[in-house]
Amino acid sequence: MTRQQVFERLNRVFQDVFDNEALAVGDATTAADVPGWDSLMHIRLMGAVEDEFDMVFDMKDVVSLQNVGEMADIIMAKGH
Amino acid sequence: MIDKKVAVLGGSTTQDVCSLLELFLLDGGIRPQFYQSEFGQYWQDAVFPPQALCDFAPDVVFVHTSLRNLATRPAPGMAAAEVTQMLDDEMARLTQMWQALAEQFDCPVIQNNFEPPFYRLMGNRDAWDAGGLTHYVHQLNGRLYKYAAAHPSFYIHDIHYLAAEYGLSRWADPAAWHLYKYALAPAAIPAFAANLSHIILSLYGRNKKALVMDLDNTLWGGVVGDDGVEGLEIGHETPMGEVFSEFQQYVKDHRRLGVVLAVNSKNQPENALAGLAHPEGTLREEDFAVVCANWQPKDRNLAAIADALNLGVDALAFVDDNPAERELVRQAGLGAAVPEVTRPEEYIHVLDQSGFFETTVFSAEDAARADMYRQNAQRQSQQAQFADYDAFLQSLAMRGAIRPFEPLYLPRITQLTNKSNQFNLTTRRYTENELQAMAENPAFICLYGKLEDRFGDNGVVSVVAAEAEAGALHIRLWLMSCRVLKRGMEQAMMDALAARAAARGIKQLVGYYYKTAKNQMVQDFYAEFGFQKVAETPEGDSEWRLELSAYRPQNRWIKVEEA
Repeated sequence: MTRQQVFERLNRVFQDVFDNEALAVGDATTAADVPGWDSLMHIRLMGAVEDEFDMVFDMKDVVSLQNVGEMADIIMAKGH
Repeated sequence: MIDKKVAVLGGSTTQDVCSLLELFLLDGGIRPQFYQSEFGQYWQDAVFPPQALCDFAPDVVFVHTSLRNLATRPAPGMAAAEVTQMLDDEMARLTQMWQALAEQFDCPVIQNNFEPPFYRLMGNRDAWDAGGLTHYVHQLNGRLYKYAAAHPSFYIHDIHYLAAEYGLSRWADPAAWHLYKYALAPAAIPAFAANLSHIILSLYGRNKKALVMDLDNTLWGGVVGDDGVEGLEIGHETPMGEVFSEFQQYVKDHRRLGVVLAVNSKNQPENALAGLAHPEGTLREEDFAVVCANWQPKDRNLAAIADALNLGVDALAFVDDNPAERELVRQAGLGAAVPEVTRPEEYIHVLDQSGFFETTVFSAEDAARADMYRQNAQRQSQQAQFADYDAFLQSLAMRGAIRPFEPLYLPRITQLTNKSNQFNLTTRRYTENELQAMAENPAFICLYGKLEDRFGDNGVVSVVAAEAEAGALHIRLWLMSCRVLKRGMEQAMMDALAARAAARGIKQLVGYYYKTAKNQMVQDFYAEFGFQKVAETPEGDSEWRLELSAYRPQNRWIKVEEA
């Protein structure tokens, strides 16, 4: 899967989780940029991303995630 | 829809537990409001309740703790006495919390038991060695159960079972704990919330009361009308027959919980009964309060069964192997639960997971209730055959006993006084002590009435208490169980009261009707006995008087045994 395809699918997950069709995430997007992205929503988001890509994040990746770009890197490294 | 306030005191993150619990409660007819303790503050909130929790005034408190919240843990090599001390200390900490909750909120408390540890330091030895954590959890849970058995408003949420059912290795999710402080895998929270909702729904009577069964390929293999009784699969001759035997036993065991059984089957009645008489069968015709075997649509039968049992259709669970019948009943939208049973070997599992018959309160009367419903349904079917109602009443061969309150019956008199809403003139509630004081007060005439008929004993069904004052007898309490509506019991009670009043030289009876949202059926009660209305408030409360000299006995059908 290309990085662009990963982002397309990620974007749909974000729109769905935050119930916001106008949402567009990019490499540099962080929690501060997305209204409603608090700790509780973070849990739901991670679960939804794992479901979408049929993978499980390692804990060490979750704790060091800086932005959506890094999330996409991990997804691609997991074989997507 | 009823509103209930649920306080969730967590030893871990509770937000998603509440979100999902809300869904399951709404589905069962309860609209919840939540209070959630600050993270991990379950013990402090219970023992030193913050103002916000006091103001919230919960209807239910749920303590969401897990192994992560244990104060201490045993270690291999530890002496048994030391571990026992540890258990004592842990229980003291928990008991202090439960007692504080009971005193402060006086409402049901639901407590998680402890899930099995997801690791076993000593391997299999962990299960029995005093120093094993697995062993410790079993011991601790055993103590929780003893507390539950001794405290009526305390309920165990059995996550020990649930974790096993879900799969312990999927349930335990160390990452979810260390990252988000979840006590269990987020994916397990729906199962958790569903199981928890069963307790709350049951506490508020939102569980099911009756199990309505299809017959062919549901209670036995085959179609009795086509295959004949001898062609049915039931019993120990074949593997399939054994599956149906086990299922019949499972269904039959529900009677002991007070669950009422009924049949809803497309069959000739005689074929249905022949199937239920199969020599290898466990369930018999007499296990069912109503057997509805005909060619009517099943949704209509369900409505008729609900009527015969005097239950709402939403109190029924309907079990049928045929997807078309299930769909028909769902489409009818009557509110009956229709579990998705497909393969006979999974029927028990599907029903058991449903939580339809979650048993929070269990009394000796529950075990007898299935019989009582059957007797009632028989009376109703008799009723249908009689040309007129008097002939029906006569056929019942009713015998009554009407006597002053007796200590033996005071608990039942108290129970009836506090739960009767419809046939209740004044809806006054009294404790057992107050009723006893009334019985001992010479100014009072207190009577209870029992009623038996040829189908069985209805027990104590009516309570009357009246106070003599200046030559008049004021009827403070008059109520009757709706189980014996239109049986002439109130006439027999009035006769007994009038006779006792006359014997005391009383000249006048004074009746009161206090209107509530539920007691409309008795608003003309005194008028029907010839009382004159002497006062009425704009709210609909009224006062009635009758000169005793004008009273004529009215009981016609009940043979009353005097004291």
